[in-house]
Amino acid sequence: MKPLVQVAGHACALGLANVDTDQLIPARFMKRPRSEGYGDFLMHDLRRDEEGAEKPGFPLNREPGRSASILVARRNFGSGSSREAAVYALADHGIRVILAPTYGDIFASNAVKNGLLPAVLGEEEIEELLAALAAVPEQHVAVDLTTCTVSWGNRAVPFQIDTVWREQLLNGWDDIDVTRSFSNEIARFRTATERERPWMKRGRDPGA
Amino acid sequence: MVRSAGNGKARSGPRTLFDKLWADHVVVERPSGDALLWIDRHFVHEGSFHAFNQLKARGGRVAEPGLTFGVADHYVPTRDRDHVGNPEIARMIDDLDANTARHGIELFGMRDPRQGIVHVVGPEQGLTLPGLTMVCGDSHTSTHGAFGAYAFGIGASEVAHVLMTQTLWQKKPRRMRITIDGTPIAGVGAKDFILSIIAAIGADGARGHAVEYAGAAVRSLSMAGRMTMCNMSIEAGARCGMIAPDETTFRWIEGRPFAPKGALLEQAAESWRRLPSDADAEFDREISLDASRIAPVVTWGTSPEDALPIDGTVPDPSREADEGRAAAIRDALAYMGLSAGQKLSGIAIDRVFIGSCTNARIEDLRAAASVLAGRKAKVPGLVSPGSAQVKRQAEEEGLDRIFVEAGLDWVESGCSMCVGMNGDSVPAGERCASTTNRNFRGRQGPGARTHLMSPAMAAAAAVAGSLADVRPMLEGRS
Ligand code: SF4
Repeated sequence: MKPLVQVAGHACALGLANVDTDQLIPARFMKRPRSEGYGDFLMHDLRRDEEGAEKPGFPLNREPGRSASILVARRNFGSGSSREAAVYALADHGIRVILAPTYGDIFASNAVKNGLLPAVLGEEEIEELLAALAAVPEQHVAVDLTTCTVSWGNRAVPFQIDTVWREQLLNGWDDIDVTRSFSNEIARFRTATERERPWMKRGRDPGA
Repeated sequence: MVRSAGNGKARSGPRTLFDKLWADHVVVERPSGDALLWIDRHFVHEGSFHAFNQLKARGGRVAEPGLTFGVADHYVPTRDRDHVGNPEIARMIDDLDANTARHGIELFGMRDPRQGIVHVVGPEQGLTLPGLTMVCGDSHTSTHGAFGAYAFGIGASEVAHVLMTQTLWQKKPRRMRITIDGTPIAGVGAKDFILSIIAAIGADGARGHAVEYAGAAVRSLSMAGRMTMCNMSIEAGARCGMIAPDETTFRWIEGRPFAPKGALLEQAAESWRRLPSDADAEFDREISLDASRIAPVVTWGTSPEDALPIDGTVPDPSREADEGRAAAIRDALAYMGLSAGQKLSGIAIDRVFIGSCTNARIEDLRAAASVLAGRKAKVPGLVSPGSAQVKRQAEEEGLDRIFVEAGLDWVESGCSMCVGMNGDSVPAGERCASTTNRNFRGRQGPGARTHLMSPAMAAAAAVAGSLADVRPMLEGRS
């Protein structure tokens, strides 16, 4: 995984609340292998009309939102379905940081596993940033994960991120490698738990 | 630094059900508070191909094929399964067959008589048991918490992690108890409870929490009702939902194909009886509701928190003090084709869908059939049972004839119109009374308008051709 330390550039003022993962990527688009890219599916049904043409007013359809690496949203971003394709769509579109007051738990965890930062910014700061972007859409926004600050204009405000997730993003660490370093502990646990809870194992052989 | 937690037995002080489940599964713990948990059951489905691809890319193998189970549900057609017309859908189903076969994972495939929606099949087969950790790449894995399991949905990278290690890194959620006391009025049940809870606390009201449902009204629910409640925990943003196992749970488990039997079952039950929260255990948050004050509920908007009693009216954004909330209501009303102040009862619908992992168990079908018996539906509709086994049982009980005589289609089991992946969808602009769990924009198809409700309420809507209170229709019926 590619480390994420600082991201600076344009921000897309999405501004919506309760953006569930069905809106981030509708279910009918999830059959494609990841290698073919998911960026063009991002928010497909909000972004496009019935004929598939882009709606000109939608923030992702006009500059600077189209080329933004930072997305600003209101509460409960990424709620709903556990589909990691929602993160693939954001990442493949070029988004590296989300700024929102709250996230769906599974979405946030999926994001970190794909090198996308789900930074938690207070409701007031989100409103302030959205207002600043409304006034000056080309506003330059910088996110620094080493100091956990987001800055624009002459403002610099702190954001929150879980400490473990921060480490992972900063270093581009991969869970599976970390976990494998505990393979002895896992093997010991397995033996112990099977002894203590023998019913945990499947109760029947498929052929029996 | 990492502390090995052994099997976490020696812990003093009163503990909640969740504390006990957590402690029993910690392999190692990091000082930051997150822990590597052992996973007892892992379900995969057609959508898990991303995870199998990750596994392949790493040259990994499945660590515990015996604890992993495959279910074909999200993409399976609900009609004419001998000819899967759509090649992309056929490929999704074939991929699951191939991936499970290659790794020695037992599959409940499309043509298996045990096939069904993963969250119906797990409990039905006795794979879901109290005290287990259970995961699946599907957010409604919370359903299995109804048995006193710690069950939660995960993303594809986590699915790959579990496939390769049978463990998962988790942060310990905070603990929340939602207590429902009192006696519900006739025609009101688990779906009305959970929608009322979500309306009260919001679609992110339980975010970061493991929720335990408690109280007399919850205790008196059947396992089906308990599963409905736990299923929708995720719609309140919860990490998981759970209900302490009791005699209702144990009776349900006994005799299921994969459940422990004989002496092993007795040994298990003895341990399961120690799971319920200790009397003076503390929760980080407590909420309580009075069941007798809950009416049948429907949703009017595009978030599950947009739920109101059927005798209510569509909210008026101009009466909202908060401008952000007012804008969200306006957007939702525009999408749903509703106007402020309109009575909910009487809103004309175009079709009904009775199905999904929320409400397609035999009890749900009986509830819908008891309203539909001897009546005609004014709109078309689809009834998709939660599993092939539920389908057979419903047919033995004659429920299928009630649905068909009412004018609804009786089809095979799968996720179907809940998510529209298999081709069953609600056409753009149409309004659907649905027993599912998500009224998100486009969830049942692009431009589809979804109203969530209980099976009895969906049946009432079918009969009335509009959103309707089921209570008068139940008079004189059992
Ligand atoms: S029935 Fe619907 S909610 Fe349940 S697992 Fe299938 S798609 Fe998900």
